[in-house]
Amino acid sequence: MLWIAIRMLTGDKQKFYGLVFGIAFSTLLITQQLTIFINLIERGASAVYSEPTADVWVMDPVSRTPDVNFPMPATALDKVRGVPGVEWAVPHLRAGASVRTSDGDLEGVSIVGVDDATLIGLPKRLIEGDISVLSQPDSVIIDDVGAGKLFENGADPIGARLELNDQRAVIRGIADAIPTFTSQVTLYTKYSQALNYVPGTRNRMTFVIANAADGITHEELASRIEEQTGLRARTREEFAQDGIDFIIENTGIPLNFGITVALGFIVGVAIVGLTFSLFIRDNIKQFGALKAIGVTNAKIRKMVTVQAGLVGLIGYGLGILATVAFIWGFSGNPDFKGFYIPWQIPLISCAAVFVILGLTGWLSLRTVLKTEPAAVFR
Amino acid sequence: MSQQVAITTRGVTRDFQSGSQTITVLHGIDTEIRAGELTYVVGESGSGKTTLISIMCGILWPTKGEVTVFGTDIYDLDDTALVDFRLENIGFIFQQYNLIPSIDAASNAAVPLIAQGMDRHEAREKARGMLEKLNIGDQADKLPNQLSGGQQQRVAIARALVHEPRLVVCDEPTAALDANSGRRVMDLLREVAVAEDRACIIVTHDNRVFDLADRILVLEDGLITHDGKEMPDDH
Ligand SMILES: Nc1ncnc2c1ncn2[C@@H]1O[C@H](COP(=O)(O)OP(=O)(O)OP(=O)(O)O)[C@@H](O)[C@H]1O
Ligand SMILES: [Mg+2]
Repeated sequence: MLWIAIRMLTGDKQKFYGLVFGIAFSTLLITQQLTIFINLIERGASAVYSEPTADVWVMDPVSRTPDVNFPMPATALDKVRGVPGVEWAVPHLRAGASVRTSDGDLEGVSIVGVDDATLIGLPKRLIEGDISVLSQPDSVIIDDVGAGKLFENGADPIGARLELNDQRAVIRGIADAIPTFTSQVTLYTKYSQALNYVPGTRNRMTFVIANAADGITHEELASRIEEQTGLRARTREEFAQDGIDFIIENTGIPLNFGITVALGFIVGVAIVGLTFSLFIRDNIKQFGALKAIGVTNAKIRKMVTVQAGLVGLIGYGLGILATVAFIWGFSGNPDFKGFYIPWQIPLISCAAVFVILGLTGWLSLRTVLKTEPAAVFR
Repeated sequence: MSQQVAITTRGVTRDFQSGSQTITVLHGIDTEIRAGELTYVVGESGSGKTTLISIMCGILWPTKGEVTVFGTDIYDLDDTALVDFRLENIGFIFQQYNLIPSIDAASNAAVPLIAQGMDRHEAREKARGMLEKLNIGDQADKLPNQLSGGQQQRVAIARALVHEPRLVVCDEPTAALDANSGRRVMDLLREVAVAEDRACIIVTHDNRVFDLADRILVLEDGLITHDGKEMPDDH
């Protein structure tokens, strides 16, 4: 009987394709939009992710994220180093500046000053150049997406001179970094050099990044640092989440994506619901005949379930494939750099497909189950 | 010929709710349908013919009364048991055929066997045999919409007979056919559906085929007013 159910469904090509398309479209919309959403808000944590080593970020109590920060006195570094359980701690500076390009345009950039001695705070991998270039005078390393943005004309960034808050800077390397939420150009330089670029207030050190000694957890270390220094200390994971939360709370992004995802769901329900009920209505005589001949309601239920399941399986598969193709197709685009599909998202869209088909299948099934077998003689 | 009783009805009535009104369509039908006979139910439109055979074949509950089919009080069965009883014992020929458009003639004819759980290929083979018996063996692999109306009806007849049910019911099988085709279908039904232990009931308006019946029941306003081999003179 299940074979018959499948043939009934696939025999009506138009409706079958309509159903598969509806599910595929919903799956694509939901999966793709959720993927973009998650990747976008994770950009709020890109500064944390781009810095590969820090266990704990220490900052002024009012600082909230890598970009929303308030500088601390230089003495904070020694205070942190004095906390038992700190294996090492280095200064880290993040500040905004403006750069005048060779075309004369003004562009906002963010300056990252990394520890002079250890260069801790640089991204793990450089695409061009070597970290040793930072010992040359006025050296900066630019992030790859930023380089593409600043040198749209395709000029070689290496060796390019920039005017950075009226100071000279020479690009000598390109870092493989995750773009920030605003895709702002990021320039990495030595801490001492960064101080030159950032207009002088007395306090300019925005973060201390620290590592835990063996046998002490990040959480433990963070709370110890807070207790002993009065500064704010966040573990790597917490600080990444802070950046994400900031975007969630301060932008319309969750609402916008939420609306699109809801639309995907509604469109799915509408297309699939209408098509499925049309399909059932077209076949109601056949279902009635089957019921009269001697097919139990339980078997009818199975038939409709198999029909819905087949549509779901194929439509969902196509939708996920289309999403993967989309993400893959745009992987070369800097706006989509590092995008990935978190495993939870296909599960969420799978659940949505389940709900869509469950709902429409249940409604259609009711019509079939209510059909009296005696109706076949009318 | 031993005359085994196929169906017994005792005091069968049936009411329908029409708005706030209750209309009684059958007023206490007491009759027996015998195996080995081709029985016609005739009567004017609205006299209750379809209602009566629906009750006789277990797809419509009587408001009152009992129906026994080959010894089983069918409305005493629970729902599932009644469905299974129909699957084993009753063949249906619907006026609109109700074939499944996306499966071929052999598969359509095989539906009752498949529903009984027989392997699909085996069921198709048996169905093919039945189609051959009905002279449309060469159409077995065609889809319903590739067949003429008469061929579709034969597929529907094959589906009603493939599982060798003991009772075959048929509502207006010849209404859409010309006189000759109508007679051929009736001959065919007599040949394949009627046997010593099997019965066939046919609802018809068609006076061109009245002479082919073994027995004719005339229904008027929900009562059997005539029961005999021939039609009464006043019809
Ligand atoms: N499901 C129903 N609900 C309400 N009334 C019904 C229902 N089924 C049948 N009736 C009524 O019962 C009466 C008899 O109907 P039935 O279909 O048995 O007549 P029939 O003899 O088969 O007529 P025809 O020759 O036109 O097919 C009609 O008046 C019809 O309107
Ligand atoms: Mg009728």
